[in-house]
Amino acid sequence: MEQVPVAILGSGNIGTDLLCKLKRSNVLKPTVMAGIIADSDGLAQARSEGATTTAEGIDGLLKHASLFEIVFEATTARAHLQHAPLLKREKKVVVDLTPAAVGPYVVPLVNLKQYLGEPNLNLVSCGGQATVPLVHALRMVSPVAYAEIVATIASKSAGPGTRQNIDEFTHTTARGLEKIGGAEKAKAIIVLNPAEPPVLMRNTIYGIMDECDAAKIERSVGAMVKQIAEYVPGFRLVAKPLIEDLPNGKGQKKVTLFVEVEGGGDYLPKYAGNLDIMTASAVKVGEEIARHLRAGTWKKTTEEVLT
Amino acid sequence: MSEKTFIHILDSTLRDGSHALSHQLTAEQVGRVAKGLDEAGVEMIEVSHGDGLGGSTITYGFSKQSELDLLGAASSEIKRGKLAVLLLPGIGTKKDLEIAADRGAKVAQIATHVTEADISEQHIGVAKKLGMEVIGMLMLSHMGSAEKIAEQGKLMESYGADVVQVTDSAGALIPQTVRERVRALRHAIKVGVAFHGHNNLSLAVANSVAAIEEGARWIDACTCGLGAGSGNTPTEVLVAVLDKMGYATGIDLWKIMDVAEEVVRPLMHKPVRIGKASLTMGYAGVYSSFLLHADKAAQQFDVDARDILVEIGKRKAVGGQEDMIVEIAMRLAEEKKKRAIA
Repeated sequence: MEQVPVAILGSGNIGTDLLCKLKRSNVLKPTVMAGIIADSDGLAQARSEGATTTAEGIDGLLKHASLFEIVFEATTARAHLQHAPLLKREKKVVVDLTPAAVGPYVVPLVNLKQYLGEPNLNLVSCGGQATVPLVHALRMVSPVAYAEIVATIASKSAGPGTRQNIDEFTHTTARGLEKIGGAEKAKAIIVLNPAEPPVLMRNTIYGIMDECDAAKIERSVGAMVKQIAEYVPGFRLVAKPLIEDLPNGKGQKKVTLFVEVEGGGDYLPKYAGNLDIMTASAVKVGEEIARHLRAGTWKKTTEEVLT
Repeated sequence: MSEKTFIHILDSTLRDGSHALSHQLTAEQVGRVAKGLDEAGVEMIEVSHGDGLGGSTITYGFSKQSELDLLGAASSEIKRGKLAVLLLPGIGTKKDLEIAADRGAKVAQIATHVTEADISEQHIGVAKKLGMEVIGMLMLSHMGSAEKIAEQGKLMESYGADVVQVTDSAGALIPQTVRERVRALRHAIKVGVAFHGHNNLSLAVANSVAAIEEGARWIDACTCGLGAGSGNTPTEVLVAVLDKMGYATGIDLWKIMDVAEEVVRPLMHKPVRIGKASLTMGYAGVYSSFLLHADKAAQQFDVDARDILVEIGKRKAVGGQEDMIVEIAMRLAEEKKKRAIA
């Protein structure tokens, strides 16, 4: 398949890490990078890769609109709210890494197929990308009455945007666990740990499940972890799933999963697994979109158009 | 006669004490304790899950009764004092604060790890907008230098906090290190300074006195010392000590002693004491509310709670990371099994 040309909007840490990952893709080709700081490291790297660069942000990017089909938004939520309608007018498909949530939340292995043809897809949150697929894996075995996750990330990997909007993280992640993961009710907690050397991203996932076979849970979780690790190589369980019977007479089970995410160390440091899982998921979503674009299937099904 | 210096006491029996009771307080119990504290003249009475509003979870333990019921029960009994709540950004949300304010909360303690004050901006702002008095807490203060505390305290002051607190969550500070931190904070900020102690090294009262001597005017305490780890600064003891030192607290000593003896002590599941695990916490600097979680995991997986706590210390866990405890216990159990086979 001929590679699909893509643009990166935002030349900071996230955008630059994304550039490193896109260079390895057989499906996508980064052709344009737009930033607002002319001497940024990201733009310099993009130039050395032969990509077109501009320091004029969205305006600069749109001048090169013929050079790309998909845009990865790696700026801020506020900026994306302004960019989204402009990119839509140009008929570009947007993979949004900011919390702007202009489009629906997607988690690659779980619900992307529902949104074929959507002009704008949002990646939920790092906690969502790391935990929603596992709650979904539980849900495939048996109903999940309640899911709860604790995401611990290194202080150094949490930028000012995250810090000033910590409620958005917990809220968005919890909604993702319910709407995409399939839990009836969910809660998300985030903890910032300042230890030196910085800690890897850790997630603990709890699920209260209806009566089911423990071996099925282990198989379903194991298969999901394997699939995630294909696009996030540092994603792993750090202990065997802990499956306990709840003594509440309802035959429910409490499942605890311990996950660690080590970053790929492309541009971001290895401890920043929380950021790595975002850029890796973005590439995964971008590749799926590209395959559909080339196959002519990137459009809403008739049924969806009618409803 | 010169007027006595006033020390503002926040009694956290119904919040930090919730840890020691595994969050099993009922509305009826909360109402009784709040009434007793209010009648004794306590200025601020804190009611929340031990880990703050929204803390009722698998990770930290589910509350027996909803926070709304508990706040309502306290609110209807408090006539003179102010209802206070705790919120940890990352666990509770702005919405929880709004609900608490609606239930009559007048004081909000907003707590972050000692190096992470900048995650509290939103919540301090919301609490101020709701008309609440805000005490910004810098938890696990022993993990931050005096300079770090001054820097982070300034941030909380800039977000609108009325008071900033040196929070000795691990009961790991000693009078000397309390003095350094309170002094640095006093020099850095114009608003009030508070101290919150734990008794893991048997220094909660002594540390509170050291803080007051350096200019802290807000002190957290718990009746009977009922709180996480080896408990907190016992309110009734602190009131007696401050009275002897010539400070005013507005609290009637006999009445607070009666509340301790007759209302709070009968609620306790076991005496608050300095046991080998909680002493280890103070010595190694581990978050006090990990204690019962570590005890439970130690029992479940047949390992020593102290080994769990030491491992937590090694991994530099901060408040909120209770989820690590079971994983560490599982790992220790596996290592133990391997050793037995070898």
